[in-house]
Amino acid sequence: MTYVSLLSPVVCVCVSHFVLIGRTSAFLLLHQARAERFFRSDHTNNWAVLVCTSRFWFNYRHVANTLSVYRSVKRLGIPDSHIVLMLADDMACNHRNPKPATVFSHKNMELNVYGDDVEVDYRGYEVTVENFLRVLTGRLPPSTPRSKRLLSDDHSNILIYLTGHGGNGFLKFQDSEEISNVELADAFEQMWQKRRYNELLFIIDTCQGASMYERFYSPNLMALASSQVGEDSLSHQPDLAIGVHLMDRYTFYLLEFLEDIHPASQANMNDLFKVCPKSQCVSTPGHRTDLFQRDPGSVLITDFFGSVRKVEITMETINLTVPGIPLERFGGEPHTETALAYVDQLPVAQIIHQKPKQKDWHPPDGFILGLWTLILLVFFRTYGIKHLKHIF
Amino acid sequence: TTVTGTRGRSAAVAIAALVIAAGIPLWWKTTETYRAWLPAARISELEALQLELRVEVEVVFARGTLSPEQQKKVPASRITYESCCKSKSLCLVEADHALHTLTETSCGSVVIYIIPEASALLPQDMRVYVGRSRTALLRSQVASVVGAGLPEVLAALDPQMEQVLQTMSFNHQDVTAALTDRLRPGLSTRDSLADSMRAFKSSPGYEITFSLLNPDPKHHQLHWDVEAALDAYIYPLLHKMAPVANFSVDSQILYYAVLGVNPRYDASASAYTLSADSLAHVINPVEARLGSNAASSNPVLNFLLYVPDSLHSPLIIRNDQKQEVASNAFHSPRWGGIMVYNVDGAYGNDTQFPVDIAIDMSRVMGVFLSQLRLMLGFQQTGAPPGFVLEAAGREGVAEWELDRLLWSRSVENVATASASITSLAQLLDQIANIVINDNIAQQVASAVTALQAAVAELEAGNLALALEHSREAISASERAFFDPSLLHLLYFPDDQKFAIYIPLFLPMCVPILLSLLKIFREVQQHRAEKRAKRD
Repeated sequence: MTYVSLLSPVVCVCVSHFVLIGRTSAFLLLHQARAERFFRSDHTNNWAVLVCTSRFWFNYRHVANTLSVYRSVKRLGIPDSHIVLMLADDMACNHRNPKPATVFSHKNMELNVYGDDVEVDYRGYEVTVENFLRVLTGRLPPSTPRSKRLLSDDHSNILIYLTGHGGNGFLKFQDSEEISNVELADAFEQMWQKRRYNELLFIIDTCQGASMYERFYSPNLMALASSQVGEDSLSHQPDLAIGVHLMDRYTFYLLEFLEDIHPASQANMNDLFKVCPKSQCVSTPGHRTDLFQRDPGSVLITDFFGSVRKVEITMETINLTVPGIPLERFGGEPHTETALAYVDQLPVAQIIHQKPKQKDWHPPDGFILGLWTLILLVFFRTYGIKHLKHIF
Repeated sequence: TTVTGTRGRSAAVAIAALVIAAGIPLWWKTTETYRAWLPAARISELEALQLELRVEVEVVFARGTLSPEQQKKVPASRITYESCCKSKSLCLVEADHALHTLTETSCGSVVIYIIPEASALLPQDMRVYVGRSRTALLRSQVASVVGAGLPEVLAALDPQMEQVLQTMSFNHQDVTAALTDRLRPGLSTRDSLADSMRAFKSSPGYEITFSLLNPDPKHHQLHWDVEAALDAYIYPLLHKMAPVANFSVDSQILYYAVLGVNPRYDASASAYTLSADSLAHVINPVEARLGSNAASSNPVLNFLLYVPDSLHSPLIIRNDQKQEVASNAFHSPRWGGIMVYNVDGAYGNDTQFPVDIAIDMSRVMGVFLSQLRLMLGFQQTGAPPGFVLEAAGREGVAEWELDRLLWSRSVENVATASASITSLAQLLDQIANIVINDNIAQQVASAVTALQAAVAELEAGNLALALEHSREAISASERAFFDPSLLHLLYFPDDQKFAIYIPLFLPMCVPILLSLLKIFREVQQHRAEKRAKRD
């Protein structure tokens, strides 16, 4: 054995030396390839906040706008737990809807965007400027359930879509209040301070929509609007059976564009900027990319509208199979299984055999007191006040 | 008329005086927003925070490493090391275990044993061995440093000890990775960026969900003893991580849950394969079916065990180089992991369906445990050449690995808390309309105190206390920043304030001002007349 041990150090050193080099270079290459794919974008999860701000039946098209974006976003992979959907009014179950439980986006009722599987997080009068800002900044009361919160982190890409009636520098909520572009920019800055987003895509489909993104000043924001300042966004087509306009033009063509996108598609933001040119939209869509760090041509549509997860193969595993050692319980003795039963919700036995309960005595109620006071006063009025001295 | 004139004049002056002296201060006081006092000076100190991290290192020289005169100069806190490690045939792990029982190591400290060059304890090409607890064995030739005292001996060992400490405690990359959002991009390497993207950010609690997906209950009747497996393999790790965060674990079984992609049949392997590109689309359809606890806002880690249906068994995962993956599992950063468990070997063709199958939980938990370690922030440490790092084994994590995580978490907590406090102070300064309640001021004050305590403890080297203070600091600062009352008064920009106050105050102020002017002009006239009369 000794001669082996004399020789082996020499041999071992050389071999291990070479193997080490080979292994490290292969390791570096593999790591690099993986790193390249990993770093194409910085995000690990996607969120979407879709808001429809107008109520009343004739604003059917705003709800249809929001629901069609919701539908595309779900189809491309973002789960309901990562979507905050705010609809200010209920069109599907509105009593003026001739086709209840449907919201159509195309005339002749071609496409029902309501579907079977809609999860609305903020509905009706819960859609207010305050709630919207609270969702964005995260300042919700502690009793708010998980589905109503925007639980994004520093590697989340967020899509924010607003639609409704707007003007130069404001967006109208519920016909009674407004959010200004300054407030929105401040809310985004607070999100950035807490690193609640990695990149944010802001789409707005209202009249004079471009005014809403004029005041942004936080990094990593990209914004699209359906019309410039001074222009109106127009609606697309009315449906004569339902009686209202079904969609706005910009979102109609946006939906058409998104229907061609599938989760593995490589379409980028420059294609999105070309959606709905002036010939189709009548208004001029605008966009703002100066606050965005990456080149829009390298940003995929699915970076915001879909949810393509980064995946790594698990290379290392821990060998836990040690034969002969039984699994010890960590917490102590195992608890015995007790048969569980539901509590009686309606204790019928108690009700049937109930004796009438003794009611506690209460002093006479105000009505009785008042009645007696009236009677006494009338008595002493008619028969003279001198009888009163018998009482007091 | 002069009497009425004087009376009128004094009335006007009195009303004007009342308005100015009492009215304006009253209006100002009643319309100002309540702002509790914040310790602005201490907060501005936080902006220029300098972190100093100190590691306590104990160096033990074994017999034979120091020459006798060096031994005399070394302070004698000798331990009976020789008695337990005399026999040469002691294997490395046992030696490490024996050494571990000798010294008490506190959280964050490191003990380095220097053993002689010729020792047979370590194999020839290995210079350093890092055990499961906080000890390291370093082989070096110190006795050759001629005629040196203790400082020179330690200086000679410095570069090697630094390497050991960088592996066991923290290095420059770890610290910059912990501070990634607060630094300019480009300062951290891509590897550390990948690690920071993969692991969850520091949070007060995490929820872990283990799910068994059975798409084919008609053929497979699966039994998994997940409670026992969790008790044996996962809870020890979570118990060790208790100073870092709270964990809540649950498990579920989903029937008829399918993967979103169709696997392709590969005749050469006679199995169905999932390529690495299609793995990214597997998670989304499944995620809609996984529930989560509605009451908490903690991040969720999902670990899925997928047993393929009998038509698509066996199902193997292929990586980029089209090779089979040994673990048959993949993970997604900040989400969790999925393992594919093939059961086609457990039954033949003509068995009575459904077949009862018991899942081998130790194999499954081995994969989930390694994925859990990655998600929680224990990086795949690349050991420097000549180092050997003992694998953690059944305990899940070695103590020095936990210390590494505690160092980076403390730094991260301190950085995040200080950034929150400074940005909150800036925000409250900027927007004058926000009401600052007393409880927010209290939270901010306690956050600042806890932050300063954490920084002091980091400087002193008490890692456990530093982590506790940093957790306090971050929870107080988050509660202060995200308090629901910090929404500034909406629709109250300054230009609209004028529009509100002018119709109220202008009609009242105009007569007062005009009468004051009139009085002033009369007084001037009177004075002019008097002067003229005198002259």
